[in-house]
Amino acid sequence: MAKIQLNGKKITIRSKVSIRDILKKYKLDNKKVAIELNGTIIAKDNFKKKYLKNNDKLEIVHFIGGG
Amino acid sequence: MKKDIFKVANLKLKSRLIVGTGKYKNFKETALAIKSSGADMVTVAVRRINILDKKKPILTDYLDPKKITYLPNTAGCFSSSEALRTLRLAREMGGWKLVKLEVLGDKKTLYPNMTETLKSTKVLVKEGFKVMVYCTDNPLLAKKLEDVGASAIMPLASPIGSGLGIQKKINILRIIKQSKVPVIIDAGIGTASDAVIAMEMGCDGVLINSAIANSKKPILMAESFKNAVIAGRDAFLAGRMKKNYQAIPSSPNKGLI
Repeated sequence: MAKIQLNGKKITIRSKVSIRDILKKYKLDNKKVAIELNGTIIAKDNFKKKYLKNNDKLEIVHFIGGG
Repeated sequence: MKKDIFKVANLKLKSRLIVGTGKYKNFKETALAIKSSGADMVTVAVRRINILDKKKPILTDYLDPKKITYLPNTAGCFSSSEALRTLRLAREMGGWKLVKLEVLGDKKTLYPNMTETLKSTKVLVKEGFKVMVYCTDNPLLAKKLEDVGASAIMPLASPIGSGLGIQKKINILRIIKQSKVPVIIDAGIGTASDAVIAMEMGCDGVLINSAIANSKKPILMAESFKNAVIAGRDAFLAGRMKKNYQAIPSSPNKGLI
């Protein structure tokens, strides 16, 4: 088990969970999002091999309407 | 006649009207308004995904980024570091290099912080971004932006969302005259006539959001702006008649009965 912050919300995940697993869990298309882990942008190619650990801060963003 | 081509950072655009995608009632209305505006470039914002609401519709379902150019912006950023972070994320999302930078200085006026804007433009250009820059209508600062590599100068006509039209024509004219990159009016346009004036003055394009989204019939207003931008551009290319401060008859006097 690990406690992480996802988009500012505290959540608990199993251990050995990758970014790709998180995207799957929330049914998010990896083509339509960008990800920052502890302030560093993670390239799409690394979603699969990047595992989350305790106290990680994950930000998942996408495009919304704006002027 | 030479074809009138509108290019920003080597990207050819069919329409000189760029439309924002904020403030609409829903995505359906956004998509319909954009279709009726004829715009082939739209601005979009970068925000956190709402992870709790998995069924919430998303913009890309309604506006295909393959069919219309997404111009990621940094609306809501009040510092260079926030703006850079946003645009780097936007680039990661789908390879967007052409972006719109706006670094705001004050919540009340939403005026751009030009010191931070200049600083950010330099960094972004260095990182390979093509940067269209929201700025004040100060010709000297506009020139500085161009010197550090801005791909387009986007001066405000009046404050964001105010709908007050072009307040300082003389500054905008100066910027148009001096700039080698496109000058696009960003912010403050209220209705179609404001866009016609901007285009007649020689602006390369206009960016509209609130004036369309906050009108009573956004889809009709979008079409009105499409026509306004075309009309204003054509009038600019045609060249207006000289102003005469006395009447000159339109019909010949010869042969009067």
